[in-house]
Amino acid sequence: MNFMQNLTKGFFKENAVFVLLLGLCPTLAVTSSAVNGLGMGLATTFVLIMSNMAISLIKDLIPDKVRIPSFIVVIASFVTIVDLSMSAYLPDLHAALGIFIPLIVVNCIVLGRAEAYASKNNVFNSLIDGLSIGLGFAFALTLLGSIRELLGAGAIFGINIPIFPVDQSNAPITMLMFILAPGGFIVLGYLIALINKIRNV
Amino acid sequence: MIYVTIILSAIFVNNILLSQFLGICPFMGVSKKIDTAIGMGGAVTFVMVLATIVTFLIQKYALEPFGIGYLQTITFILVIASLVQLVEIILKKVSPALYQALGVFLPLITTNCAILGVAILTIQKDFNLLESVVFAVSSAIGFALALVLFAGIREHLDLMNVPKGMKGTPIALVTAGILALAFMGFAGVV
Repeated sequence: MNFMQNLTKGFFKENAVFVLLLGLCPTLAVTSSAVNGLGMGLATTFVLIMSNMAISLIKDLIPDKVRIPSFIVVIASFVTIVDLSMSAYLPDLHAALGIFIPLIVVNCIVLGRAEAYASKNNVFNSLIDGLSIGLGFAFALTLLGSIRELLGAGAIFGINIPIFPVDQSNAPITMLMFILAPGGFIVLGYLIALINKIRNV
Repeated sequence: MIYVTIILSAIFVNNILLSQFLGICPFMGVSKKIDTAIGMGGAVTFVMVLATIVTFLIQKYALEPFGIGYLQTITFILVIASLVQLVEIILKKVSPALYQALGVFLPLITTNCAILGVAILTIQKDFNLLESVVFAVSSAIGFALALVLFAGIREHLDLMNVPKGMKGTPIALVTAGILALAFMGFAGVV
């Protein structure tokens, strides 16, 4: 696999959310707005890049039998770094994402890449792999967040888009369901159906 | 009274799967048959209650007295991983029948975010030990309830004439959305 293929695979061919159906908990939970989706995606990307690099560096030192616990400790350390830095510098986003920041530890994408890629490849390739899968995940979350925010609140990234009729006090009449829990499932379902359709053409 | 509130809220109003989005992977993965859904529900209940008790005690008697709360994530995930392993070994020895029933689901539970999620939520909500146990039990019941309901729907879904592009995951996700919509009817009960 050459460099460009490695870099672009995360967006379509091996997109974690749309194709592999991994990491669905944060995908559904934090995408009530585009900003939250992007924030979560970038936090996961950071953890993915750093853990991929660290694991690829120490892969020869870890005995085969205890590799999964070792991977989890490495991942948990980087998640703690993200958690603490985010609560210091981006307190609003940290509050919005809440419990899902520490839960990056149990995101199957991160452990999956460590086991399937970083433990078998060199540092540079692992870095690119983490970057590609991470940005693909961020792309999926931002797309989902944008659609839900547009339908549920009539805006994308907080910028109003006047597609809905307004009531007497000039507030848009939106479909609130889409930023609540059921909307996440329904939008993701239709989005996956659409992506399947595009991939099969 | 507070216990009734915790129970109703955890099972119906803030259902861990359908309104908190914790544990979606097993929800989509093992919900194709009612039998496996019941097995998974039982295994999750067992591990969730145990894990919550153990992590609660660690938080109160090890992390807080020594002021090392920032190690919470690392400690909790390691405790849960080793606990799952331990439960598996003990069950195999003590109750082979139960081990047969839960066996395949146990390793999957380590990466089930519902377990770690409930352990962290218990600490965040500042519950005492008894409240934590009640919260863990009712969250697990809510998990099992949603999982079994969804498995029942999916068994019927297999026989339906679904449009080609929507087959498999997409229609399952839309169905889950409608189920979540039904559970929203409980909002405001407590």
